[in-house]
Amino acid sequence: MATLTQTIKEKTAVVNHENVSGSEAVVQSLLAEGVDLIFGYPGGAIMPVYDALYQNGKKINHILTRHEQGAIHAAEAFAKISGKPGVVFATSGPGATNLVTGLSNAKIDSTPLVCVTGQVTSNLLGFDAFQETDMIGISMPVTKWAYQITKAEDIPEAFAKAFYIASSGRPGPVLLDITKDALLQTIESFKYEKVRRISGYYPYPKTDMEKIREAANLINNAKKPLILAGQGITISGAEKELEAFANKTGIPVASTLFGLTAFPSKHPLFVGMLGMHGNYAPNIKTNEADIIIAIGMRFDDRVTGDTSKYAIKAQVIHIDIDAAEIDKNIKTKVAIVSDAKKALEKLYSLVEKNNYEDWLNEFKELAKTEIDVIISPNIHPQSESLKMAEVVHLVSELTKGDPIIVTDVGQHQMMAARYYKFMKPNSIITSGGLGTMGFGLPAAIGAKFASKNRDVILFVGDGGFQMTIQELATAWHYKIPIKIVLLNNNFLGMVRQWQQLFFDKRYACTTMHNPDFVKIAEGFGLKAAKVDERKDLKNALSEMLASDTAYLLVVEVEKEGNVFPMVPSGAAVSDMILKP
Amino acid sequence: MKEKLYTLIIVTENNIGLLNHISGVFTRRHINIRSLTASESKIKNVYTFTIVIKMTNDLVRKVAKQLEKIIGVFKVFVYNDNEIIHQELALYKLPISAIQSGINLEKIVRSHNARVLDIKDEYILIEKTGHKEDTQKLLKELEPFGVLQFIRSGRVAMAKPMKPLDDHLKEKEEAYDYF
Repeated sequence: MATLTQTIKEKTAVVNHENVSGSEAVVQSLLAEGVDLIFGYPGGAIMPVYDALYQNGKKINHILTRHEQGAIHAAEAFAKISGKPGVVFATSGPGATNLVTGLSNAKIDSTPLVCVTGQVTSNLLGFDAFQETDMIGISMPVTKWAYQITKAEDIPEAFAKAFYIASSGRPGPVLLDITKDALLQTIESFKYEKVRRISGYYPYPKTDMEKIREAANLINNAKKPLILAGQGITISGAEKELEAFANKTGIPVASTLFGLTAFPSKHPLFVGMLGMHGNYAPNIKTNEADIIIAIGMRFDDRVTGDTSKYAIKAQVIHIDIDAAEIDKNIKTKVAIVSDAKKALEKLYSLVEKNNYEDWLNEFKELAKTEIDVIISPNIHPQSESLKMAEVVHLVSELTKGDPIIVTDVGQHQMMAARYYKFMKPNSIITSGGLGTMGFGLPAAIGAKFASKNRDVILFVGDGGFQMTIQELATAWHYKIPIKIVLLNNNFLGMVRQWQQLFFDKRYACTTMHNPDFVKIAEGFGLKAAKVDERKDLKNALSEMLASDTAYLLVVEVEKEGNVFPMVPSGAAVSDMILKP
Repeated sequence: MKEKLYTLIIVTENNIGLLNHISGVFTRRHINIRSLTASESKIKNVYTFTIVIKMTNDLVRKVAKQLEKIIGVFKVFVYNDNEIIHQELALYKLPISAIQSGINLEKIVRSHNARVLDIKDEYILIEKTGHKEDTQKLLKELEPFGVLQFIRSGRVAMAKPMKPLDDHLKEKEEAYDYF
């Protein structure tokens, strides 16, 4: 039983130092993990760590955001694009509590983070000391792991565990809360060993071949099969395996919001996005499919609508690395608890070559309906005012799928997901499960740090933009050339849409009397412009795209535009509506 | 689906905060914990939480999976009452006057297989182990004496199948890869 209660350490990556302070140990641990970028905000309890950072010169780059929430959202986007855990520093008390929204967002969207918070001296714990909050208690439900360090000697092992837990299995955020005395203590010998196994933690389930055979058998006998691709594909790097699997079996592929770049959007088998504001065909056809192969997705309620009327004719094969997702929302016929890539590789050799031309044509017919009724009128509108869809469409045409698209939350988010043609893996950063307004701007900054060679374009609404607007200062300070398209309708648009549809147009508290965004951006040192006429849109966008510094383009759009099609809240996916 | 009584045996590391994490899985779903006992196991540094809850079979399976996801939790067993041997312990404090009350206290204690733990000038302390119904029944019979204090522990339970914990944990370890 020796292996049960001890952490196995990797002997290959050992770093040794003598007589180092706890705070120096923090910095050395980060260096040992290859961290070269931190987003954070200093304060009393974490000051010793900042001092150690200062003394280590330029080895680690620290980005001072203007709010801790900005730091954590930036780190989330950095993690998603770089594939490495994002690292965040914050001080105790309010600094730490300002991370909670980001932790929750990262947990539900499976984003690897290592957040380091300062804490009051250990002998003051529980005494309501200045800037003390029970950060472990607060963060436990919204982290994958939260651990308090009260002794300097525990720092290296806690960090090694933190990085391993954050990035292995189903990734997620980890919080290390370090008391100030632990930061100030001296360790005689600092030794850093990476961890590859932790007692009581089981990140990689072995793929059960019996289940693979059962699944292959179902797939080989399917008449109307449908693949639902989620973020698990992206996280496990199984994009090629998914494409090979789809090509061989001829099965149509629909994606979740986070699965949008798991499969090429121009592929003939791609039938669109699932969910409340997804595409018409995959939603309707979900209830006609006889076999559903869900890969790395969790049947979120925004995808399923009413679960009692979901996949009503289908036997469901669910592939997910997280056993707790199996049968959580949708009952499965065959559950494959596995990394997506491994499962797809094994499944590939057992499935037969096939094609489902008639079935695929049914999708095309519905897609044509959606194009005629919704897409065309939205991207080539007759109306005087600009529509969000045409702006996204034009950006898509001008950029050809090359940049990373970041969104905030709301109507513009759904429009970006619907109308941008994603051509490359790892091209969308958004807040999915938590729907965190204010995510967009800091996330765009974080994404740009992870991707020097790709443009980063942020679509944001007037509501969410003002929730973290102070991060314009971060973009200016560090000269981050993000392109911001502010789709301004002077409304909290998504809430207003629901008020229109389900609350008889009682627009309670959704009207926004907005400031002059151009002046604000200019005040923060950004280039900025505003466009409100169709004839000027292309030039305005081109000018923004050509800018080599941060740029805000405010696009005044139709005030009461709606996102359609829509699965009304609580309805079945097959009851998706094309208009109000 | 009908709600039933389930006993969850959660095998864990001995970590600060695990109890908080475990109880969070229940509070988040608005599930009331009926009883909770934490104890060492026969394996060093391996602990067990025994939790009794009333819920549907569907929900208890989901909750068990969420519990197994917690880092530091080795395994979660879900049992219904006929799969386990379980016990609770109850203590009853009576005024010393109970001895002279005219009712035969000795007979009650004997018939319930209870025992006297302590006698002082002012009180007499009785102990009984058994199922909840049994300890409850004794409480009812002792009521005429004027019970000063009553307390019952959480349930402790052992599964009937003859499979050692070590084997369960080994099986679990072997079902996973580690890189």
